[in-house]
Amino acid sequence: MSSRLQIILSGLMVGKLGTILVLFGNPVNMGVCVACFYRDIAGSVGLHQAGVVQYIRPEIIGFILGAFIISKMKGEFRVRGGSSPIIRFLLGFFLMIGALVFLGCPLRMILRLANGDLNAVTGLFGYVAGIFVGIQFIKQGFSLGRSVKQKPVGGYTMPLFAVVLLALLLLRPAFITFSTEGPGAAAAPIWMALGAGLLIGGVLQRTRLCTAGGFRDAILIKDYHFMWGLIAIFVANLAGNLIFNFEAFNLGFEGQPIAHTDHLWNFMGMTLVGLTAVLLGGCPLRQTILASEGDTDAIITVVGLVAGAAFAHNFGLASSPAGSTFNGQVAVMIGLAVTLGIAVLSTQTSVSMERGVKSNV
Amino acid sequence: MSKTQVDARGRSCPEPVILTKKALDQYNGEVVEVLVDLEVAVENIRRYAENHGFAVSISELSGEDYQLTIKK
Repeated sequence: MSSRLQIILSGLMVGKLGTILVLFGNPVNMGVCVACFYRDIAGSVGLHQAGVVQYIRPEIIGFILGAFIISKMKGEFRVRGGSSPIIRFLLGFFLMIGALVFLGCPLRMILRLANGDLNAVTGLFGYVAGIFVGIQFIKQGFSLGRSVKQKPVGGYTMPLFAVVLLALLLLRPAFITFSTEGPGAAAAPIWMALGAGLLIGGVLQRTRLCTAGGFRDAILIKDYHFMWGLIAIFVANLAGNLIFNFEAFNLGFEGQPIAHTDHLWNFMGMTLVGLTAVLLGGCPLRQTILASEGDTDAIITVVGLVAGAAFAHNFGLASSPAGSTFNGQVAVMIGLAVTLGIAVLSTQTSVSMERGVKSNV
Repeated sequence: MSKTQVDARGRSCPEPVILTKKALDQYNGEVVEVLVDLEVAVENIRRYAENHGFAVSISELSGEDYQLTIKK
């Protein structure tokens, strides 16, 4: 099978599963949302108290275990790290803030788009703008530095985390909170969500599909490989929504599920997501896959995502269908300032060239 | 034989491709050798180089590294 066909098929699968998970209970336009699902998990284990978004999403457990198992089988589980972990934590943290001001990660942005939510178009423009800005730094030699091989033990953090989450989900000890109303209470059956997650995690470990990589490579090196996968997600989800869930399809800006019409902040939130994702080298979905195959820098990034989600709800940064909040707007501006500062200070043309490329005669 | 070497081991996406691109932009008939340590970098560099008319051969080195030899 050609790699083009593989990436298209994996995109079709993600889009299709997005429709199916909504049909069986997930929130509308949220068949799969990596940011929202980490946010739900953060709430469920008590890191924030927003009662409507607390659930241990089995999809995340599936992503992690699926990618872990396949990377092990294929000999691609390599424990590595040490490439600016604290910077990656910060970028992950602010990525999540941007995503929760927009109300969705880039994957959910595509799914919202595929169900007629035009606010996601605003978000898409912001996302591409953020990626475009990040690319300018990459062209100038932006780097977070090399990772090195590490002792194996650290690489098992993610699969262990997933097993613990699965145990908490199934055993439901008293200190775990599950929403009884709102998006957190809308969920496909555990076995189905887990199965979908395992499939997506396993397949995306192989095809490396990344929502940031799709736009980045198209702009930076005119390589449309991953873009084909993103288009496939959109097409499969759109077709699925129109065929199986037509009543829920709603073209327009107003009255969209778990979304708001604050155009400026939909744009700015996703600008922050695009910029941080491109500097990190991948979107939240891709970071989750990398974290599951032994990349401890990606694990730190995921910890940043979870911490960002907790902050977003503890300090009123996350938007709601009523709109963005003042605190959230300030946080996005701080995030953009911090991220641009990191980008400037990590862009040293001469040093990275000297270390990266050397000529031998 | 003269050659250009790129060491992109430990670099996260898309740095291995960008470092390779910079070397290939200055291609003057010398073989370009790229060292990477992840399959995803191998795939991305191979796709980039082949899309730009280069031939790529890949050898697996000890210590889980890969060497890509790129020439026209």
